[in-house]
This record gives sequence, C-alpha cells and structure tokens, in this order.
Amino acid sequence: MSESSLWVIVIGSIFATYVWRYFGAVFSQKINPDSALFKWVTCVSYAMLGGLISRMVFMPIGPLEVVPGWIRISGIAVGLIAFFLFKKQVLIGVGAGLVVFTLLVSYH
Amino acid sequence: MSLTNKLQYTDASSVTRLALRDALGFPVIMLIASMTGFGSLARESGFTLGMALSSTAGIWGLPGQLAMTEMHAAGVSAVFVILAASLANARFMPMSVSFLPLIRHPDHNDRWSYLLVQLLSINSWAAGIRRFPTIEVIHRRRYYVVFAVVCITGGLTGTVIGYFGVSAMPRPAALGLIFLNPLFFTVLLAGSQSKAAIIALIIGIPLGPLFYLLSPEWGLLATGLIGGSLAFWLHQRYDKSDV
Repeated sequence: MSESSLWVIVIGSIFATYVWRYFGAVFSQKINPDSALFKWVTCVSYAMLGGLISRMVFMPIGPLEVVPGWIRISGIAVGLIAFFLFKKQVLIGVGAGLVVFTLLVSYH
Repeated sequence: MSLTNKLQYTDASSVTRLALRDALGFPVIMLIASMTGFGSLARESGFTLGMALSSTAGIWGLPGQLAMTEMHAAGVSAVFVILAASLANARFMPMSVSFLPLIRHPDHNDRWSYLLVQLLSINSWAAGIRRFPTIEVIHRRRYYVVFAVVCITGGLTGTVIGYFGVSAMPRPAALGLIFLNPLFFTVLLAGSQSKAAIIALIIGIPLGPLFYLLSPEWGLLATGLIGGSLAFWLHQRYDKSDV
C-alpha cells in the first residue's frame, strides 16, 4: 500500500476519533452520562475490544502467526493469574505474561 | 497514598507539582510500556514512524490505535479501518461528558473545551476524578493539562522505543513487544469495575474470531453492535446495580 493511502487511514482515524471527543464536549453541557444511550455505546466499544483482543490472541495477523497458539494462550493465562494473585497490579500481570511468553518463544 | 476529600490545593504551583508527581509514576510507566507495543506493531504493519507518532498523539487511545493497525494488516479497506478505529474509542464521548463539567470555571473560556478533550485518556480521566475533590475548581484545568502532557510525552517516547526496538532486538523479544498489545489489554480489562463492561467483554471474546471468519471487513463492527447490544440488554434486564 502506498504511503499516501496509509496517511489517509491515519488522519481519517484521528478525525473519526475526535468526533467522539467533540460531541462529548458539546453534550457535556446538556446530556446525562448515565443515560441508556451512553451505556449502550460503552457496551458496544467493550464488546469490540473483547472481540479484537481475542482475535489477536487466537487468530493473529502478522509476526505472531508463527508463534504456536499454546504459547500465546500461556502468556495471556500467566498474565491474568499474576494480575489476580498480586492485588490486581497491572504491571505485574503484564510483566509476568511477557516474561513467560518470551521464554517460551525462545526455548520451545 | 491516603486521600481526604478536603480542599488542599488552592494555588497554581502546588497544583502543577501535584500533577507532575501523580503523572511521573505509574501512569507514565504504563503509557511507555503500552505504546512500546503499539510502536512495534505499527512498524510490523507497514506504518512509518511519523504515522505511528501521529496516531499516538492524534488518536490518543490505544484500542483505536490497535484496531487501526490490526484491521489494516488484515487487508481491510480504508473506510472500515477508520470506522473500526473510531468505534473502538467511542468511550471518549461518555468520558468527556462526565469529565468536562468538573474542570469548567466561569473565568475560563469554554471554547477551550474543544481542544482540551483531545488530551483526555483513561489515565488523565481517572486521575482527575480521584484528585479533583482536593483541588480548587479554577486550578483543575491546570492539573489536567500538566498530567495529560506528561502522559502524551510518555506515550510518544514509548512509540519511538517500540518502533526501533522491534528491529534492533532478538526475535523472541521483538515478538514479545508485539504480544504486549493483546496482553496489556487483557490484563487491563480484567480489572474492569463495571458489570456491563465485563458482560460485553465476555460476549465479545467468542464473537470476535467467529465474525472475523465470516467477514474480515464487518467482523469487528458486528461484534461490537451485536455483542454490545446483547450485553446492554442482559445488563438492563438482570442487573440494575451499576453502570
């Protein structure tokens, strides 16, 4: 893909994201953030996130494709276990998952 | 740190110091780490460094940045990439709505709000909500801007580190950087407080890969719309206790 069409994607994504912020600023004078519409929007974006992350783990695109599935899943599992064992410290969870993933990739 | 909800910060310089102290710890480390993952993914997906930095500063929300690079790497057409990137960050609307009234003051020109919302991220939002009860209203904007600028600087630094790191490092470490993206989000989302959000996440997990198989273009949008609506409905029906 040419560089200019990649820039279209980047700049388009920036503006399309700013739209949410813009309407947030407009509505902040009038609208109740606890309304049903906002809850629905929140649910939609979280479902997308869940879907995106699970696809990245189970069906990755790009460099992670060459890493066996069990290694990817082990990294995620160890990260989650460490996170919940150590008082929900994000950095500990991420660090543990990363170390296990990297070691497994190196020595499997 | 212990917090009382008493007004403690009533002059500009102490508010600036507070914002720097709060930002230059966990938030900035998190941003450097997470944006390192993004920088490496952006490079592997064919984006230039300028594009990666523009995305970090301009989109300023990792889910949308990831959606953009991932959808592009999957060969999806530009319109769908942009749509997915935008929707993945839809939370900025409710976040701005709940945040801006807290920093509004009669002495400030309200038009700045349209610029200030661009700085908002989950870090600055959470820090603001937590700290504002102790900061005089007129100084809250200062706290927010200082905090957010530190975060963005960290994010840009991480993006550069990841962008160059991925090719400079041994292969397992470089793969680890890219793996940081889904790992970071899984852990972060596992700590979600909102039940509706957790229901939506759990529904999205099987739907994401399934709908992707059915249609790479529509898959992520369908996951959001169908999974999110289902989660919303379930939550409205069975649980009225929280957001």
